[in-house]
Amino acid sequence: MTDARITTHPILEFKEGKKVKFTFDGREMEGYEGEPIAAALHAAGVRVLRESPKLKRPRGFFCAIGNCSSCLMTVDGRPNVRVCTEKLREGMRVETQRGKGVLFAND
Amino acid sequence: MIGAGPAGLCAAIAARDMGARVTCVDSGDRPGGQLVKQTHKFFGSRGQFAGKRGIDIARILAKQIEDDPMVDLMLESTVIGFYDDGAIGIEHGEGLTFLKPERIVCATGASERMLAFPGNDLPGVYGAGAVQTLMNVHGVRPGKAVLMVGAGNIGLIVSYQLLQAGVEVVAVVEAMPQVGGYDVHARKIQRAGVPILTSHTVKAVYGTRVVEGATVWALGSDFRPIPETERHFQVDTVCLAVGLTPLADLLWQAGCKMAYIPELGGHVALWDENYETSRRGVYVAGDLAGIEEASSAMIEGTIAGLAAARSLGHSRPDLEERLATARAELAALRSGPKGEKVRRGIDRLMRLRREVGFVA
Repeated sequence: MTDARITTHPILEFKEGKKVKFTFDGREMEGYEGEPIAAALHAAGVRVLRESPKLKRPRGFFCAIGNCSSCLMTVDGRPNVRVCTEKLREGMRVETQRGKGVLFAND
Repeated sequence: MIGAGPAGLCAAIAARDMGARVTCVDSGDRPGGQLVKQTHKFFGSRGQFAGKRGIDIARILAKQIEDDPMVDLMLESTVIGFYDDGAIGIEHGEGLTFLKPERIVCATGASERMLAFPGNDLPGVYGAGAVQTLMNVHGVRPGKAVLMVGAGNIGLIVSYQLLQAGVEVVAVVEAMPQVGGYDVHARKIQRAGVPILTSHTVKAVYGTRVVEGATVWALGSDFRPIPETERHFQVDTVCLAVGLTPLADLLWQAGCKMAYIPELGGHVALWDENYETSRRGVYVAGDLAGIEEASSAMIEGTIAGLAAARSLGHSRPDLEERLATARAELAALRSGPKGEKVRRGIDRLMRLRREVGFVA
């Protein structure tokens, strides 16, 4: 989809999955179903995933295997989702997380 | 088995071979742990998988247990708690499950170390394992130009894998005066034109929202930076390969006697010759027992799995022979100058264990 996707590799073969649409902060994007949300965002050139709660510093992923919690985002309204392991599905609403997250926004 | 990486899978296979029922829990969506991104061929002095790529070893190991009714493989499941009665809590999807196994082999692996420098929190500063996962598992390049920090085996191997994925590696910096990894890995990337700057470290990483550049400088023999030696690299990614530390949270929860052993990567549980910890029935294997390599993790897993099953009364005719072979293979892997640090760490661990006086 972008030049960040590896198409030819001396050892590995990457099978393209089913393309799905999702939104990132309201912008429509495309990725492959079942890949981590962070991989789809990275391939689309998005590296800033959240803002640190106190100093408002931009944050990306660090470990990419669900250990470090650097990549927490709000997905379909649910905060603190580790997008390095959470799988992308059609129609997901992915948002930059600011702060520690709000659980009951409508109360 | 907590963890289905090289250690956990081998522990599962060994315990199953002895006739034990096994549940193998892993947070990932496929078995193999970090093997699933290792595209290079393994060495291993006598290991049966020498010459094979990590990705293939993961498949070979997983195949041995996947359809076995004696082995229950729980994927996308995270062990989140260790209770006083030996029960463990497992989170999966939206729910929790509790199990109370008679024996536990903990093989949770390691996490990557951070390095302190201005800008180390900018998006684009990634762990080497993260870079490998992104490009080798998910097929996405981490960036266009990468500065690699650390010339141990991981730093060298990931640099080569970046080149294979079509990413520029501007340099590898290493604080030590010599390359830490195997020469064969270093020569491969040097032949491709990547400079390895020994006695160098990162001074700072720049960027307003994401990484836009990095400055490195030289270190004196006292490891202090030398002013006026700064070099700037225009990169969008800085990859940290500065070591691993055991993921020991569950062992702390379990109340295992722990010790800080720098040669083994940080806090480790004290274990005995069967890899049993001070908490009876809880074994460790792999990087959690002390940072080494996948080859040693597999053998440690085998020993822990055999010993755990034996303690439950299981046996098989070749048990003693298999244990002896495994111990000999481990000793061979740890022999030589590259194994010196690990040998020192294990000596220290054994000494501490005797002082604490636990008999598992």
